[in-house]
Amino acid sequence: MTALGYNFGYLDENTKRMIRRALLKAVAIPGHQVPFGAREMPLPYGWGTGGIAVTASVIGTGDRLKVIDQGADDTTNAVSIRRFFAKVAGVATTESTAEATIIQTRHRIPETRLREGQILVYQVPMPEPLFRLEPRVAETRRMHALADYGLMHVKLYEDIARHGHVAISYNYPVLVGGRYLMSPSPIPAFDNPKMDRMPALQLFGAGREKRIYAVPPYTSVRSLDFEDHPFQPVRADAPCALCGSRESYLDEVLTDDQGGRMFVCSDTDYCNTRQTHREAAE
Amino acid sequence: MTPLDSMPLTPGFADPVADAQSCFRALLEAMARPGRVQRLAALPEAPAPLSPAAAAALLTMADAETPVWTDAGPAAEAWLRFHAGCPLVARPGEAAFLLASGPMPPLAALAAGTEEEPHRSATLVLQVAALEEEEAWRLSGPGIENSHPLRVEGLPDSFLPDWAANATRFPRGVDLVLCAGPRLVALPRTTRIEEAG
Ligand SMILES: [Zn+2]
Repeated sequence: MTALGYNFGYLDENTKRMIRRALLKAVAIPGHQVPFGAREMPLPYGWGTGGIAVTASVIGTGDRLKVIDQGADDTTNAVSIRRFFAKVAGVATTESTAEATIIQTRHRIPETRLREGQILVYQVPMPEPLFRLEPRVAETRRMHALADYGLMHVKLYEDIARHGHVAISYNYPVLVGGRYLMSPSPIPAFDNPKMDRMPALQLFGAGREKRIYAVPPYTSVRSLDFEDHPFQPVRADAPCALCGSRESYLDEVLTDDQGGRMFVCSDTDYCNTRQTHREAAE
Repeated sequence: MTPLDSMPLTPGFADPVADAQSCFRALLEAMARPGRVQRLAALPEAPAPLSPAAAAALLTMADAETPVWTDAGPAAEAWLRFHAGCPLVARPGEAAFLLASGPMPPLAALAAGTEEEPHRSATLVLQVAALEEEEAWRLSGPGIENSHPLRVEGLPDSFLPDWAANATRFPRGVDLVLCAGPRLVALPRTTRIEEAG
């Protein structure tokens, strides 16, 4: 117990142990959703309870934690979660992707290539990739058991027939290790290729549905597609107005009330680092 | 009264919260990167014949919700019951965790989960004579960039065919944690093993 009256990392040891067991099985069966029976956590679900539960079960005093929300380190949500862990676990925090050992994220993968020795923890609002197509949980379980993902292929094919391309710009379904259909959480489809054979360990926590899943390092993560309609990650066709990047994922921001707007990197650490390097070079 | 009641219990983790966390990270790293030897920093004083790494792994993972099977004898059983609070079962097939210090229990006899719930499967913590990252085996699969070398001493001759049979049941299957002294290596069910030529 710390002086604040919290157990280290906030969760009690029984809950952590239960989540840890689920994490080990999740890593052993890449892409498979493992339920965990934790009691209600005293946080509202929109806050990223699943991600927090995973981070709290993994984190130790030697870690350096980064938290991003839609790519940004400075949103209210990201700042609160970072402060929360600094307080209950006494861990160091950082905004630098390169320096972090654990990165908890909502809706983005950092632009800077992740490395071994890092863990990426995703906050997942809905872990079941089939839920819009098949609302019956028992039925989706059966489909995963049989690797019967015809329903998803039909949906993607209908998209192509109707729009000429797959009309999914985020939460684009992936196949993990050639076996399990997985929701990448609502990251932009642009980020999907970063998951493939990533050297870092990827852990996913869904608080409301109480599911954990994982992608081990160097594991194949393939966005579903068709031979004649290969997966194409979409990016706004513009350079970042602040750092000039032509590779990063961009957010469109309004600059005034006259309809003026510009494109800037969604990843604030990446953009700031590039701007600093640019200034140093000048 | 059995003599057990008068047997003094050796301590578990010195700092239960911090030690369980660091041991879990080693286990997570081991499971995520099969074949890489993890050396545990915080070890309990486990009674013989338990190896410190195997005892630490059990303290980290097992509790009242997880039936444990072990062949390590009464002192080890009393220690596990006291420090982990886990129920002990007589049949290997009923255990969530198995701690084997003697002959390896047959993988086919352990809980392998179901097609829908492959995570309801056993983790076998097996004490071996030695673990080295040397080319006797070549490991591949999730968690391994290309291939990874591993040499394990003290496994039965039937191990490789049994391991190959375990893989054919995927996603069902048993996961393995091999322990020697303060070191451990994990082999999740997805790891393929080839003998290095
Ligand atoms: Zn930028």
